[in-house]
Amino acid sequence: MVRVNLLLLAVLILCALSLVTSRHQARKLFVELERETARTRAYETEFGQLQLEQSTWAMPVRVEKIAREQLKMQIPGARRIEVVPGEEAR
Amino acid sequence: MTGASAVKHAAKAPELPRFRAPIVFGFLLLLFLVLVGRSLYLQWIDNAFLQEQGTSRYSREIELPAHRGRILDRSGEPLAISTPVKSIWAFSGQVDASPEKLAQLARLLETTPKALAKRLEEASDFVFLAKQVPPEVAERVAGLRIKGVHDQNEYRRFYPTGEMASHIVGFTGDHDVGQEGMELTQQEWLGGKPGSRRVLINRRGEVVEDVESIRAPQPGRDLALSIDARLQYLAFRELRTAVEANKAKAGGLVILDAQTGEILALANWPTYNPNARNRVAREKMRNRALTDVFEPGSTLKPFTIAAALESGAVRRDTVIQTAPGSMTIGPNTIHDAHPAGALSVEQVIQKSSNVGAAKIALSLPPATMWQMLSDAGFGTAPNTGYPGEVAGRLRPAKTWKPIEQATMAYGHGISVNLVQLARAYTVFATEGQLKPATLFKAGTFVGGRPVMKPETALAVRHMLELAVLPGGTAPKAQIPGYRVAGKTGTAHKLEGRGYTNKYVSSFVGFAPASAPRFIVAVMIDEPAAGAHYGGDVAAPVFSTVMGSVLRTLGVPPDAPSDNVILPDAAAAIREET
Repeated sequence: MVRVNLLLLAVLILCALSLVTSRHQARKLFVELERETARTRAYETEFGQLQLEQSTWAMPVRVEKIAREQLKMQIPGARRIEVVPGEEAR
Repeated sequence: MTGASAVKHAAKAPELPRFRAPIVFGFLLLLFLVLVGRSLYLQWIDNAFLQEQGTSRYSREIELPAHRGRILDRSGEPLAISTPVKSIWAFSGQVDASPEKLAQLARLLETTPKALAKRLEEASDFVFLAKQVPPEVAERVAGLRIKGVHDQNEYRRFYPTGEMASHIVGFTGDHDVGQEGMELTQQEWLGGKPGSRRVLINRRGEVVEDVESIRAPQPGRDLALSIDARLQYLAFRELRTAVEANKAKAGGLVILDAQTGEILALANWPTYNPNARNRVAREKMRNRALTDVFEPGSTLKPFTIAAALESGAVRRDTVIQTAPGSMTIGPNTIHDAHPAGALSVEQVIQKSSNVGAAKIALSLPPATMWQMLSDAGFGTAPNTGYPGEVAGRLRPAKTWKPIEQATMAYGHGISVNLVQLARAYTVFATEGQLKPATLFKAGTFVGGRPVMKPETALAVRHMLELAVLPGGTAPKAQIPGYRVAGKTGTAHKLEGRGYTNKYVSSFVGFAPASAPRFIVAVMIDEPAAGAHYGGDVAAPVFSTVMGSVLRTLGVPPDAPSDNVILPDAAAAIREET
């Protein structure tokens, strides 16, 4: 009888210890999850900012200015456009 | 001896009263009872305060931010985005910092120490030191560790397209709530609802466990508009150029998808920048194309003609005598700007003859004409999803006098807004179907409402093509390489009780005429640089805008003049390269 009780006590202690460890594990994982969530949010923010930046750089006004002034491009007049009929036109 | 006497003395001390011990005992017991009572009271009855204090040691309610949805154009380019920023605030009495630190703070917030000090002194309590600064700046402010200076998270709305699309998109106020335009009407859709959750924290303030989610955050949803950012830019650029060149008071330009009725661009001048709108006049915020009406003038003639063709009153080659260029109805006289003789119905449109249009209109019962105008969407708000759009005025046919019916034939005595006018032309661009004009991105198929027979629509389309060719009123609307159809309008402005010598010049047209893709409507209010005819003021704007649109979206020319490479020649070239 005493031996059974001792065995049960040992099992109980084991269970208690494993509860403590799993609890600790859970907390650690949770902290990690928190950190990743915060990171996700930060990335989302950064994505928004980058999108904003990209659309600022790609503003038609700016693109047109660069095309005209730096690259010396111009819009071709009607006389300089040649129309090549597509496949179905033949 | 002395010691013994002392003991003796103590022993001989007078007897304490016998009841003293029980009294003290009872008193102490009473105090204990008070303590027990108090603790019971705190434990069971008045426990809210301590409970709260206790929980606050280990549990926190965390606000979960929900950002506002973006507003996108039809291809996903952002028109409005929220990004997090911080606001710096302080309790004015509690700020405790050395002058050097305040100077550093002032430098970070881009102000002078003097202004900062003044700001702190003037306020009695809570004061914002800087609103909506970038997170990096806020971090450096926090790095100064000034007592009494705090920051808070906020969102700031940015509008990458700035003044170009401000009338459609609108803007939000301080608390991320829409105040104008789409931001206002779509508040429900765009706005996020912040949530909160309860968590356990450890001694260092780190979150260690989720207890419950009190409210899940609902981030705002993105809104896709029908606007195309590239076309919006073209429209805005050309409109501004035109308004400035004509020294006009204002102007509007609308580009519609001819087949679906979607509004691809809607520009107004004057405008404002939604990113920096301190002290913007209310006047500049008006979306004139939707909230202001004007008398359309001759751009309405095609509908008169369509009603006549539809009812069989005239055919396209019926001859109408317009000489001597004026016509008297009762006490009123109608004039033609350029008197002509006998004109066919086609030529009435081509030359834009008021007398011709009036005569055709008078051959119709008022109800027939009213029905056509009403079916084309005049007199009812276009229902684009924009706040405050107006319906314009189309009076019931029963109240029309003959002179009114005659003037209405060429667009006077009726008022419309620019979007309504552009939408009405979908009837000629699609074989007789009126498409709903919308600011939201539509699906693939858009139903229309049949307004007239396809033959009638095609006949009028042909007349509109003639108006743009040499001999018409708007040769300046031509676009090399493409077939174009359209109509000019020049209307006297109504002020007070009568017409003035101020004008509204307009042009509505579509291209390519063989298979219409886009409708462009231009309106220039009070041009004051000499020219005032729609054909001189508005038609060139149409031509540049439509030309750019067709080129930008790669629509193949349907009327290449002499520079078509024949299939054989094309093959030869391919071999060479």
